[in-house]
Amino acid sequence: MRAELQALQAEAMEALARAQTSGELAEWRTRFLGRRGALTRLMRRVGQVPPEERPVVGRFANEVKQALEAAYRERAEAIRRAEVEEMLQRDAVDVTLPGRPPSVGRWHPSTQTLREIEHIFAELGFQVYRARDVELDEFNFQLLNIPPGHPARDMQDTFYVTTTPQDGQEEGHQVLLRTHTSPGQIHAMREFAAVDPDNPPPVRIILPGMCYRHEQITPRSEIQFHQVEGLAVGRHITMADLKGTVEYFVRRMFGAERRLRFRASHFPFTEPSAEVDMDCLLCRGEGCRICKQTGWLEIMGCGMVHPVVLRNGGYDPQHYTGFAFGMGPERITMLKYGIEDIRYFWQNDLRFLEQFG
Amino acid sequence: MRVPLSWLNEFVTVEDIPVDTLAERLTLAGLEVKAVERVGDWWDMERIRVGQVLRVERHPNADRLLLATVDYGGGEPLTVVTGAPNVRPGMKVAFALAGATLINGYSEARERMVLEPRAIRGIPSQGMVLSERELGLSDEHEGILELEPEAPVGAPLREWLGDTVLEIDILPNIARCMNMVGVAREVAALYRRPLHYPSTAWERTGEPIDGRVEVEIQDPKRCHRFVAALITDVQVGPSPAWMQRRLRLAGMRPINNIVDITNYVMLELGEPLHAFDYEKLVERARRSGHEVPRIIMRQARDGERLITLDGVERHLTPDDILVTDTAGVLSIAGIMGGAETEVDETTRHILLEAAAWDFISIRRTSRRLGIFSEAAARFSRGVHPALALEGNRRAARLMHELAGGTIADGVVDNYPAPPPTVTVEFNLDFGEHLLGMSLDPDEVADILERLEFHVERRGPRHFTVTQPDHRLDIAGPADIVEEIVRVVGLDTLPSTLMADELPPMRPDRLRELEARVRDFMVGAGLQEIISYALTTPEAEGRLRLDGHVLPDEAYVRLLNPTSADRRVMRRTLLVSLVEALRRNVHHRDRVMLFEIGRVYLPKPGELLPHEELRLGVALTGPVRHPSWLEPEPPDADFFAVKGILEALCRHLHLEERVCLVPAEHPALQPGRSAAVELDGRRVGIVGEMHPLVREANDLPAKRVALLELTLSPVLAAVPETYRVEPVPRYPAVIQDLAVVVPEATPAADVERIIRKAGGNAVGYVHLFDVYRGEPLPAGHKSLAYRLHYQAPDRTLTDEDVVHIRERIVDALRQSVGGTIRGAVKASERPRAVHPTATSGTYVG
Repeated sequence: MRAELQALQAEAMEALARAQTSGELAEWRTRFLGRRGALTRLMRRVGQVPPEERPVVGRFANEVKQALEAAYRERAEAIRRAEVEEMLQRDAVDVTLPGRPPSVGRWHPSTQTLREIEHIFAELGFQVYRARDVELDEFNFQLLNIPPGHPARDMQDTFYVTTTPQDGQEEGHQVLLRTHTSPGQIHAMREFAAVDPDNPPPVRIILPGMCYRHEQITPRSEIQFHQVEGLAVGRHITMADLKGTVEYFVRRMFGAERRLRFRASHFPFTEPSAEVDMDCLLCRGEGCRICKQTGWLEIMGCGMVHPVVLRNGGYDPQHYTGFAFGMGPERITMLKYGIEDIRYFWQNDLRFLEQFG
Repeated sequence: MRVPLSWLNEFVTVEDIPVDTLAERLTLAGLEVKAVERVGDWWDMERIRVGQVLRVERHPNADRLLLATVDYGGGEPLTVVTGAPNVRPGMKVAFALAGATLINGYSEARERMVLEPRAIRGIPSQGMVLSERELGLSDEHEGILELEPEAPVGAPLREWLGDTVLEIDILPNIARCMNMVGVAREVAALYRRPLHYPSTAWERTGEPIDGRVEVEIQDPKRCHRFVAALITDVQVGPSPAWMQRRLRLAGMRPINNIVDITNYVMLELGEPLHAFDYEKLVERARRSGHEVPRIIMRQARDGERLITLDGVERHLTPDDILVTDTAGVLSIAGIMGGAETEVDETTRHILLEAAAWDFISIRRTSRRLGIFSEAAARFSRGVHPALALEGNRRAARLMHELAGGTIADGVVDNYPAPPPTVTVEFNLDFGEHLLGMSLDPDEVADILERLEFHVERRGPRHFTVTQPDHRLDIAGPADIVEEIVRVVGLDTLPSTLMADELPPMRPDRLRELEARVRDFMVGAGLQEIISYALTTPEAEGRLRLDGHVLPDEAYVRLLNPTSADRRVMRRTLLVSLVEALRRNVHHRDRVMLFEIGRVYLPKPGELLPHEELRLGVALTGPVRHPSWLEPEPPDADFFAVKGILEALCRHLHLEERVCLVPAEHPALQPGRSAAVELDGRRVGIVGEMHPLVREANDLPAKRVALLELTLSPVLAAVPETYRVEPVPRYPAVIQDLAVVVPEATPAADVERIIRKAGGNAVGYVHLFDVYRGEPLPAGHKSLAYRLHYQAPDRTLTDEDVVHIRERIVDALRQSVGGTIRGAVKASERPRAVHPTATSGTYVG
């Protein structure tokens, strides 16, 4: 019996070494260790062994079984590894082949810049206020301290709309495409002041939107463009606050190392007014083609809200002060990415749009 | 405005200030120096010199050429050939020796070249007498440049004629600086230097003016002042070289001494002037039955005309203010004089006009007539009437000095409408509160006085400030603050962040949702575009199969378009999307675009249109990018755009409320178009562009899938919040069910029946195959669905599933006559047959 077991073990071990695949291995297992396998059959005969030898033979039979099972596990592991290895080799690819291209959508560059601007001003507590594109002369000009015939109207040549009354009597009712988002300043102040006309709440908004100018379309000028204006009105708003706010924005937008310059300027709806220049992104102030050798890039206009405008918005200039600023997202985008032709923005050529991340 | 520093230096010393520093300082104070032009900085110091013509002879071999012998201060005088008609012995000229670099006057590009010695018609020429063009001073090439008699022969021309010109951008609020004295005053204030005014003093040299001219202002609202002086016996001729040079440097063309003096004084003091030929006025007076010229300022009459100095006939309207006499129109006030009374070589006596006009009126007329003269540029921004008398006196004095005229005693000064003198009560507290910095009372007073305000101190911090009589822009204390901060410099302002209370919160839900829609479309792989809001009715007409163009009233239409292609506001985003497609289809097979933007719909009887926010989508070409893995993906079609719409609706939790109903649309292919309905109300259209519309829009023969959705009702319907169902704890039984129905049965009906009959025991219904053909009967289709049967509280038994399935099968049979092809226990996910098939939410 013991000899038989030894012989079987030897035979099984030899057969195991020959098993190369998981199929052959499964066959081997059935043949030797299965319910009807050779070892099982042999072990059933342990009962026939004389009782005094039975413990010894039984123990030996179990040892054989455990040895075979251990050998099987080892062999199975080796075969599985070999098979995985082989599979991996078959599965290898040329990693330099191009990938499967996903459909990637993108935001228009102006949307990206607008969002960046909105996001930065949100950090300072500015909320977004939107108003209409087609406006009355009254809101676009007169309430902003630009009466009919005012020279400032030259600075923003206007598209008028045919619904304008023809008799000329109703000067303020001329209809136009807004030339700036400033009409929204009046709409917003009036809306907010209406809540409590005797004690109007503070205002802190930015006004993004499309504006229109009576221009020829050239690489430098467009008939439509976005503008973002900001307006803060309260009892203690100062020009120093304006400066701090503008500096915060410009450094968040263009980098902490930016140098700024405020120079006196003129807008009818602010007094005092200033133009903000930033050191040129390209030459860092040395002077180059982009900054026209000045070292400075004009980046926004700003000032303290004109008393007339405050009053027109329902805020008493005796008690309230405010600041306003305005900038062009397309210009900012052009400066940031070195774009030299503003016409790209509305042409919607994918070869332009797809360059933006 | 062009400011030659040599001229400015006459009124305030600037020659010791580095030009760049000066330019920067002016720029920061609101006089933006756009450019600094260094005139003559490239002229050769050795080879371009002041010369004097000694002799002029005829060229022996050419009728139109002359030989000029020029002393240039070095060695022997040189003889050169010239064609200049004005060359004469004794004159001082700009002379170039061979080897000097000059501008090639005959080349279009005006590039520089080196002067070579050469022979002209047999006579060798060793140099050249120069015109302004060769020196780059102007385009003048008719004659050579004549220098002042005092120009030192032999001196480098650069020393004598070189200059630096600041080009300053004058904003409307500093119109007072559109002249040399105005700029000098700013420099004087910024640098604390004395300002020297030009002399306007003159002595009586002739008979009294009384009785020789009458002035009547009929429209004092528009003519605020009119000052007339009479200068007799002038000698009309060229003005002195120094004056011509200054005029040219400032950008004006010299004409004759009288006209030049009026221009010179305008540039110097800011008061535009006009010189009439007095004898012509007298002749006109006699012609109209009067003895004495009577100058009348009045509104124009309809139909009146005038031929202006430039020879153009101008048609006038009652909007215009005119200078007239008893014989008719003399000039368009403040803008341009008439040709008839203009000064010419024969003129002997001058009536000199200096006036003040309503700037709005001047502005309107100037714009309507398209005349942007130097006078109009100043009067249309406002010139203080006080300058009229000053300017008149200054010009009369110069006419006496430079043209030998006799100044009649006195002026006729009609001044019906002096502007109010503005006085502002200014408290330092106001300024400090507005600026956020402290102000020193002495410094404030000093700054204002340097700008020629009259300042009275009422208390330690209180001033009464009176505006000087050269400016019209002061209205209140904010203007005073601006003057102070402009001079001290905005760089001295501290930089702070607002300490003021935060405003109340005003959430804008529609804006937030709009941003979500935008982000979703980007996530769906579409490129956002932003288009012109302006288009043409014809472009929108091409989007209709019938080509019908809506009448003009249907549009917000521009009165003054700059381009015929952009003259009305769009009524649909499709017109923009198609334009963008057209731009891209020639270099891209695959174009997947969306736009979120406004359309503009006029409202009858109202001035302002409805501005409606819409979402537009246009897809054409392969749904996925082709690659070596998938060389020919299917083209985008109706279902591609519908899939995006469905996914968007799920994203916004509107899938239960939005549905598509078959509908026709003028731009879309019948049978492949549908209306989008929200709660039964139409909010948009979806479909494929009609092949003929595609052709009419020059698009290639490939499907174009379109969507246009009105966003406001859709966004307003988005629920504030929604319930999230618990994840099922018990496994679902997954089965497929193929239903055979007549071709006309909409798939949506079948799915609805399945969901209704299945109730909450069916958690997921997914159409994965549509089959037609053998062995199905003709006119039928098989719709194969994968269903998940499940219960929230237990694992369903086979009997439960059979029961539910029976319910569904019965319902299908009864409602749409559906028969079952078979039910299979699904062992693996079915192959996706539509792009949308993989986008379902898998439950269970």
